[in-house]
Amino acid sequence: MSTPAPPPAAQYDRFLHTRRKIYNGVFLVLTAIATVLALAALFLILETLVVKGVAGLDVHVFTTSQPSADEDTGGGLFNAIVGSLEMCGIGMAIALFIGILAGTWLAEYGDGTKLATVVRFLNDVLISAPSILIGLFVYQLLVRPFQGYSAIAGAVALALLAMPVATRATEDIMRLQANALREAGMALGANRGLVIRAIIWRASKSGLVTGALLSFARISGETAPLLFTSLGNNFTSFSLVRPMAALPTTIFQFAMSAFDNWQRLAWAGALLISVAVLTTNILGRVLTRGSERK
Amino acid sequence: MSFEAPDQDQRTVMIPPPADNRVIDVRNLNFFYGKTQALFDVELPVARNKVTALIGPSGCGKSTLLRTMNRIYDLYPGQKATGTISFDGENILDQGKNSESLRARIGMVFQRPTPFPMSIYDNIAFGVRLHRRVGKAEMDEVVERSLVRAALWDEVKDKLATSGLGLSGGQQQRLCVARGIAINPDVLLLDEPASALDPLSTAKLESTLMELKDSLTIVIVTHNLQQAARISDYTGFMLLGKMIEFRPSSDAFVSPETSQMQDYITGRFG
Repeated sequence: MSTPAPPPAAQYDRFLHTRRKIYNGVFLVLTAIATVLALAALFLILETLVVKGVAGLDVHVFTTSQPSADEDTGGGLFNAIVGSLEMCGIGMAIALFIGILAGTWLAEYGDGTKLATVVRFLNDVLISAPSILIGLFVYQLLVRPFQGYSAIAGAVALALLAMPVATRATEDIMRLQANALREAGMALGANRGLVIRAIIWRASKSGLVTGALLSFARISGETAPLLFTSLGNNFTSFSLVRPMAALPTTIFQFAMSAFDNWQRLAWAGALLISVAVLTTNILGRVLTRGSERK
Repeated sequence: MSFEAPDQDQRTVMIPPPADNRVIDVRNLNFFYGKTQALFDVELPVARNKVTALIGPSGCGKSTLLRTMNRIYDLYPGQKATGTISFDGENILDQGKNSESLRARIGMVFQRPTPFPMSIYDNIAFGVRLHRRVGKAEMDEVVERSLVRAALWDEVKDKLATSGLGLSGGQQQRLCVARGIAINPDVLLLDEPASALDPLSTAKLESTLMELKDSLTIVIVTHNLQQAARISDYTGFMLLGKMIEFRPSSDAFVSPETSQMQDYITGRFG
């Protein structure tokens, strides 16, 4: 047997290589430009927001209520801040109560059933439902029958927005917990419910907090659902059955107005919401990272 | 090699412990994952206060067999066992038997350490509180005694209030043993408890088990034949969902009768 002939020396097509290099360069430049554009938009928004917002900020913003339109200076957003906190707080309480229990059912009890598949699908639909639809729904449910806009209607609308997010987050985080942990609890003689409450929820704690913070961030800037429900209020009100001011609705009202004073406060309010959302998001990130480290 | 061609040796060999010294007696056990049958007419006599080791290649059904003995498979709809597992004069497979009180008497330790996300102290107190009311002083005592028996006390006695998740893998596994024995079970089931541990931690765990068997019956699934030979009194060899050979460990690793077990322990397959 003769020795096999050595393989022919590799032939490279230099044109192919050059062409690929050019494509690569063009692609790189395109992605870089797109990134710069996106960041520039974000930066411009933040810059305007901070410059105009900080100019409108002073201690009165936090301590006094809405000024009348003809006042040149003074006045603040106290009524709107209080209203936002109150409605978001009640909304979050409702959303977390239902969302965490529903997410728990999906992850632990309903898994594999047809009903769970349907519920999960509907929940995902609800997550992406336009918020104005939620507002109209609550208008039909709680505003028209009682002949009046109310803070509680606003809180319910916000709850409906946050609930599916909380449900989804709860289910996702609980699914991440190892089955071995459930088995270990059961192997000691605990029943299913106790294992979930005492072990799985505890193991999911940081994820649940993150989910709650993210759903809070989601609703704190919502305007559309509040326009149909809590409406807005020029005065400070704590009553749940009367219209209530909120930062987003107040910004909407003020920004549309022709008065410098109101526009100035609108910017300040926008800055406040942005800072609140940013803080919540960062807090959520930090907590998640903490749990990944263990 | 003889794995797929069992025709040359269809024998099964059972040299069980005396009938009056059995704490658990598994007979004609068949197990199903949905429609897939995983165990076929398995017999397993478990001698009181002895260590029984289950060996065999992956997928042979040894973990499945272990998981029937405290009915932990109940957690998964679709898994089903038929046959009898006598424990204390009753068939634990009978529907309607209270699996929570059963599990108080038959504890389990898993392949990977599963500390609960709570303090070392609470990891142990959790199981105890499930079954009886215990005062603070008595609980302190139970926690200490369990940790001492699991050979973990000296390493954790100054940090009982810190999270069990902060311990090393070997310490976590001994914490799981401590947690299991704190509720005073008659039997402890261990599913490859050392497979995630380094040799030193494994040695510590083994010596813990050796001390425990004075007061406790142990059934251990292991891939480590030396470990089975070192610590067990009886050895069951399983293959393809069947119990092929069961005999005292003193001769199981020296003179197994079936060709499958010979092939397995001499490393010809598995």
